Amino acid sequence: MSLAKRIIPCLDVDNGRVVKGVKFVDIRDAGDPVEIARRYDREGADEITFLDITATHDNRDTIVHVVEQVASEVFIPLTVGGGIRTLEDIRRMLNAGADKVGINSAAVSNPEFVREAAERFGSQCIVVAIDAKKVSPTGEPSRWEIFTHGGRKPTGIDAIEWAKKMVSYGAGEILLTSMDRDGTREGFDLPLTRAISEAVTVPVIASGGVGCLDHLADGIIEGKADAVLAASIFHFAEYTIEQAKQHMASRGIEVRL
Amino acid sequence: MSSVAVIDYGMGNLHSIVKALQHAAPEVDVVCVSDADAILRADRVVFPGVGAIRDCMQALNQSGLSAVIQQVAKNKPLLGICLGMQALLTDSEENNGTPCLDVFAGHVVHFPEALKDSDGNILKIPHMGWNQVHQLHPHPLWENIPQDSRFYFVHSYYAQPDDAAVMAATSQYPDAFTCALAQDNVFAVQFHPEKSQAVGLQLLKNFLHWDGQV
Repeated sequence: MSLAKRIIPCLDVDNGRVVKGVKFVDIRDAGDPVEIARRYDREGADEITFLDITATHDNRDTIVHVVEQVASEVFIPLTVGGGIRTLEDIRRMLNAGADKVGINSAAVSNPEFVREAAERFGSQCIVVAIDAKKVSPTGEPSRWEIFTHGGRKPTGIDAIEWAKKMVSYGAGEILLTSMDRDGTREGFDLPLTRAISEAVTVPVIASGGVGCLDHLADGIIEGKADAVLAASIFHFAEYTIEQAKQHMASRGIEVRL
Repeated sequence: MSSVAVIDYGMGNLHSIVKALQHAAPEVDVVCVSDADAILRADRVVFPGVGAIRDCMQALNQSGLSAVIQQVAKNKPLLGICLGMQALLTDSEENNGTPCLDVFAGHVVHFPEALKDSDGNILKIPHMGWNQVHQLHPHPLWENIPQDSRFYFVHSYYAQPDDAAVMAATSQYPDAFTCALAQDNVFAVQFHPEKSQAVGLQLLKNFLHWDGQV
């Protein structure tokens, strides 16, 4: 009897539609976010994360409407990330019914923003999203750095130090994405996940690279993650959340069934 | 039509709890209020809360809502949730010691640092996610909720009541801690029923049909 490890499906939302690039090829339309969120809730998702990838500022209201609609009928924790830059952005998302917000680039350009956000809204709703990439050459001890702008822009910041700093600034949870693995379906970067999870006191969500159910279990068992996030394996009904949980349970992981 | 007042004292987002109450019992009038009269007029009262206890108590004391909640605790069904549960104890060790509402005699304490599970893995703080809730006694609010159901938690402090008789449920992290309290017409939970899917909605429904009798 103890705390269950969480499975968190992630919906990448562009202009109000769920999209997902598979193996770096074209972005496929996976459907209506409200419909998909409902399905994940029925299948036993422990939380749902929305990542707003809408490029234009004008269309950003669409994600607010999506969250409002989902929050009025799905009663599990909802997280919204993507484009969260101001306290007002956070307030809007929480008022729409989100329970947590993911802060990524804005934390890198202004770490104090995380502190202000945690003080204003409480650490429980501040998830700092970290996009990390391995920078050490093969054969040397592993080192990862933070990248922004979807993994294109290096910052020179060490990922482990950054995670610790964000927790000291008030992050209540870390969403860790391996930019080397994201979209590859080769599994999480387990050494990275483990290094971050063991370095911080708050829960860590592993993300980036899930291609099969064993990857989810590996993230928990070997990566020491507290939760695992995946997108494409659930969107196209390759696997249901329930199958994922059954599989994790069969590998000895405590899950909510 | 019966009514339930959700106390709005500026601590966090009430959207989820209001939506969940409406969903759990569509026939009940759910109002989100901050004035004493409206709270005292309602048939039932929900006392939610997230954030730090010092800010919470400051907001309650400045607005005069502390006395209102203490009054409600004497005569109508009251449900404290998360920080709203912790605020019902005598005091909390958070923010270097904070006096609270003293509806339940006892203290609120932090989880010990560097907790480990039986496999030696570090247990993270906050205690976040779905944990099993072990009901200690039958109670109208546990109606139709299977024993050891999982509810959603997110907290770093927990209640330690002086009198074990008020403990309504425990969870384990890794040791047992009190996650629900019950005394006469007052019920309080550390977890978030409004975020705990079917079992959470069932608990809210039970509360909205509860007459405050045990």
